[in-house]
Amino acid sequence: MKDSTLVVAGMATLAAGTYAFRLSGQVLRARVSFPPRAARLLEAAAVILLAALVATTALTEGHGFSGFARPAGVLAAGVLAWRKAPFLVVVITAAAVTAVARLLGVP
Amino acid sequence: MAIGMSYGAIAVTSGFPLWVPAVQSVLVLAGASEFLFIGIVAAGGSPIAAAMAGLLVNARHLPYGLALPPGVTGRGWRRLAGTHVMNDESVVFALAQDDLPGKRAAYWACGLGVLICWPGGAVLGALIGSAVHNTSTFGLDAMFPAVILALIVPDLRNRMTLRAALAAAAIALIATPFLPAGLPVLLALAAVFLLARAPDAAREADAAREADGHPEADGHPEAGPSPAPRSRPAPSPAAQSRPAPSGTAQSRPAQSRPAP
Repeated sequence: MKDSTLVVAGMATLAAGTYAFRLSGQVLRARVSFPPRAARLLEAAAVILLAALVATTALTEGHGFSGFARPAGVLAAGVLAWRKAPFLVVVITAAAVTAVARLLGVP
Repeated sequence: MAIGMSYGAIAVTSGFPLWVPAVQSVLVLAGASEFLFIGIVAAGGSPIAAAMAGLLVNARHLPYGLALPPGVTGRGWRRLAGTHVMNDESVVFALAQDDLPGKRAAYWACGLGVLICWPGGAVLGALIGSAVHNTSTFGLDAMFPAVILALIVPDLRNRMTLRAALAAAAIALIATPFLPAGLPVLLALAAVFLLARAPDAAREADAAREADGHPEADGHPEAGPSPAPRSRPAPSPAAQSRPAPSGTAQSRPAQSRPAP
């Protein structure tokens, strides 16, 4: 793994910042009103970041294309998730489809 | 629990030692941001950039705190502990109860449940993951994007969000060959402007919300934002603005973190 001091620093930042968010909403409650629109944008920002992460981790490896096996598995999982399949089924399907594709020689 | 296990297994198979998912699941206690952190660092990104991206995902806890009536998280030193177990599930179940004791009980039961299940699942998953050596043969590298996708699918049923998410994915993919690891995902955040510049849809949603008879007569205008980005199956304003106890509990999709 990379420099573990830096990883610990990152983990500490994330943990401390998250706690600060949790606390500050309660503290601010009496004093300010948070526009609902801003709250919705925050929610959407989280989904957008995660969607970008899905795309990059599914399709790329380093700076290039990951091959077809992995995106095929993720696509199958996405279809199942959209049809409200149970979480475990979705995740295991992703791994299984990718594994079978590789077994058949798909990169 | 299942998500916790996949989290632990993915972290370990991405090359992290077991203590990373274990410590993070206890101290951060917010799944999506931990996945994001692991994903960016494993791809070679800076841990600090990964923490910033994680914090952005966790910024939703600020409106959660605004939405909770005082006293739900407890008083005095208990409040400091109660604050830590604030998450998507504990907030939505607390808001669904009618009176303060009920809200407090639901909040703590759900919060403590997650506090046990999430790290427990992570450690179990990490132990299982440590036993597997050739991760690509078993297609385990496809699990990570699949987990995240399953978590955001309920939000993607909103057309506007879906459009912005697709734009974000395109931005990140185009940027990947040129930018250092971790940055393409942050750059993709620019897609949020698609939503910011589409006031019509947002106003429609607002109108629908108000028309549903949410007069905000309880003096908490800030209680408006839906506290459950991950817990609604369809973006129906009617269902959101009136969190009836049974309705909210039943509307949790299969993708939600399962209770113990």
